[in-house]
Amino acid sequence: MMNPKNLFEKVWNEHSVGELANGQTQLFIGRHLIHEVTSPQAFGMLREKSLPIRYPERTFATVDHIVPTDEAHEPYSDILADAMIKELRKNCTDSGVTFFDVDSGNQGIVHVVGPEQGLTQPGMTIACGDSHTSTHGAFGAVAFGVGTSQVRDLLATQTMAMSKLKVRRINVDGTLGSGVYAKDVILHIIRLLGVNGGTGFAYEYGGSVFDSFSIEERMTACNMSIEGGARAGYVNPDIKTFKYLKGRPYSPSDDDWEEKVSAWSEYSSDEGCAYDDTVTIQGAEVAPTVTWGINPGQAVAIGESIPDPNLVDKNERASVEEALEHMKLKPGAPVQGTKVDVAFIGSCTNGRLSDLEEVAARLPGHKVRDGLKAIVVPGSQIVSKLAMEKGLDKVFIDAGFEWRAAGCSMCLAMNPDKLIGDQLCASSSNRNFKGRQGSPTGRTMLMSPVMVAAAAVTGQVSDARIVFG
Amino acid sequence: MNLPKISQVTGLAVPVPGDDIDTDRIIPARFMKCLTFDGLGEYLFYDTRFDGDGSEKPHNLNLPCFREASIMISGANFGCGSSREHAPQSLYRAGFRAIIAGNFAEIFFGNATSLGMPCVSSSRDNLKKLSASVKTNPSLKVIVDVENLQIRYENEVLTCEINRGARDSLLNGAWDPLEELLSATDGIEKTARSLPYS
Repeated sequence: MMNPKNLFEKVWNEHSVGELANGQTQLFIGRHLIHEVTSPQAFGMLREKSLPIRYPERTFATVDHIVPTDEAHEPYSDILADAMIKELRKNCTDSGVTFFDVDSGNQGIVHVVGPEQGLTQPGMTIACGDSHTSTHGAFGAVAFGVGTSQVRDLLATQTMAMSKLKVRRINVDGTLGSGVYAKDVILHIIRLLGVNGGTGFAYEYGGSVFDSFSIEERMTACNMSIEGGARAGYVNPDIKTFKYLKGRPYSPSDDDWEEKVSAWSEYSSDEGCAYDDTVTIQGAEVAPTVTWGINPGQAVAIGESIPDPNLVDKNERASVEEALEHMKLKPGAPVQGTKVDVAFIGSCTNGRLSDLEEVAARLPGHKVRDGLKAIVVPGSQIVSKLAMEKGLDKVFIDAGFEWRAAGCSMCLAMNPDKLIGDQLCASSSNRNFKGRQGSPTGRTMLMSPVMVAAAAVTGQVSDARIVFG
Repeated sequence: MNLPKISQVTGLAVPVPGDDIDTDRIIPARFMKCLTFDGLGEYLFYDTRFDGDGSEKPHNLNLPCFREASIMISGANFGCGSSREHAPQSLYRAGFRAIIAGNFAEIFFGNATSLGMPCVSSSRDNLKKLSASVKTNPSLKVIVDVENLQIRYENEVLTCEINRGARDSLLNGAWDPLEELLSATDGIEKTARSLPYS
């Protein structure tokens, strides 16, 4: 092939409007997703400048960060949260933006809603005022998290100023061991390449492990690209991508289907295309992984011990010490056996149907440890409905979990679901930053949903492969 | 729109040491329950600066000698995590006009630049040296020179970096790209029409 290109270049070129004076690209964003936290200021800035929304049909909204998961009716008891949902509703009505509202049956976390509505498709550019927008790359889209000023730029022009990213190909070859999940793969990658190893890059994930992943597993991995510093992460589209999209509300109609699929296939990286960097990992080397520190790169395999600050690189020593002080963990101690107070299953990383199914299949015969708080928060109302049709809610409730309504919930605790004091939470979410789960002294250990369930039933960080046999 | 050309920032500096300072740390999520960015300045680094009962914890930002600082000095990967513009807005509204760090997370960097707040990177040794000088003498006047890629104070000249696009935007008073984006009306329309989806 003449001049082979990778997917990122093809999509970037197709959406490039031109070069700006400072050398950046003016990039057209085909789909813009918004939510209640990072959009009201942008609408406000446009009102101030009397600027209209340029392509309202290209923006879609939902409400996720602040929604309570145990309170069905408005007004919400949190008046600030109540004001935010009302503001978003008003902005959408006034500007003609489609809003998946709480009474629509389609509300949920923006990165769960986009794909399940069929809004996320191969070859698109997608942006949202949320760093986990990288999730949408699982479909072979190029998707970025942006700030509020860029939300403003997108509403006003459907374009944004951006410097072109380099592309790092990450191959995960071979196969994963049993009981090892996409979450473990991405935590392993971040541990290996560092939390800022991806700065300036888009990550293209591939290899036999990603080929064999379901679309939802690919979303879990792409979701956390930003935790490795990469603003975008993607997987080339394949037959699974097309199958997942067929028949969804915003997917192309059956009449156009074959033509669309063949056009989508063209976006895949060409054989022999260049990458700025390539990393290869063996799937067999990935173990169930848990974080012990205060950033997602501070992780170990379940059989390993918590690092000793005296034995790490001197540039990392202060970070390790700070992390251990916050986490109240003993250097050199096995990570297994760390006492857990709270278990959280949900988030845009791991709040999809397959995540809940994977856990529910293992729960019968097990009970959440006495005194431990365990909650399940489906990623969207549709995930919740499908799970309930399969009876998963009963499985969780029987095991002692609380079954909640859809939202971001305890991933970032902008709603009432928060840690108290220095509680330690086994969490299927994406960030273990200090205070992330709502208490400044709260502690978070990130892991796969099945590992969270193992922690919930044993009361401590445990190897799910042993707990569930 | 006539934006000021930002070729250098001069002011007092405060070290907020540490690598991987994330945007949740800069502005905890609970303070994002707001419809405008007004008032975010007072919550800057809130949980690191204050106890649960609101009493001050030992922190450079709480020291009277650093109250007037407009330049922050930090470590590697500053501003990682959430894309929340609330973080640079909170810094800006607390009076900061430039950040010096090891390097920056990309989304934070873009957000800060679009507020006209230069983020320059410097070596670990330079950061250490500068922080030590500032701690010894908090009334030290520090110059972040975006044009010449230097950090200057007393008789010291340290080198720093910033990416070309951001530097050009700051020097040319074009750090808020909206006007330029809006002017490409035909190009936007042409691209929109050429795409295989609407």
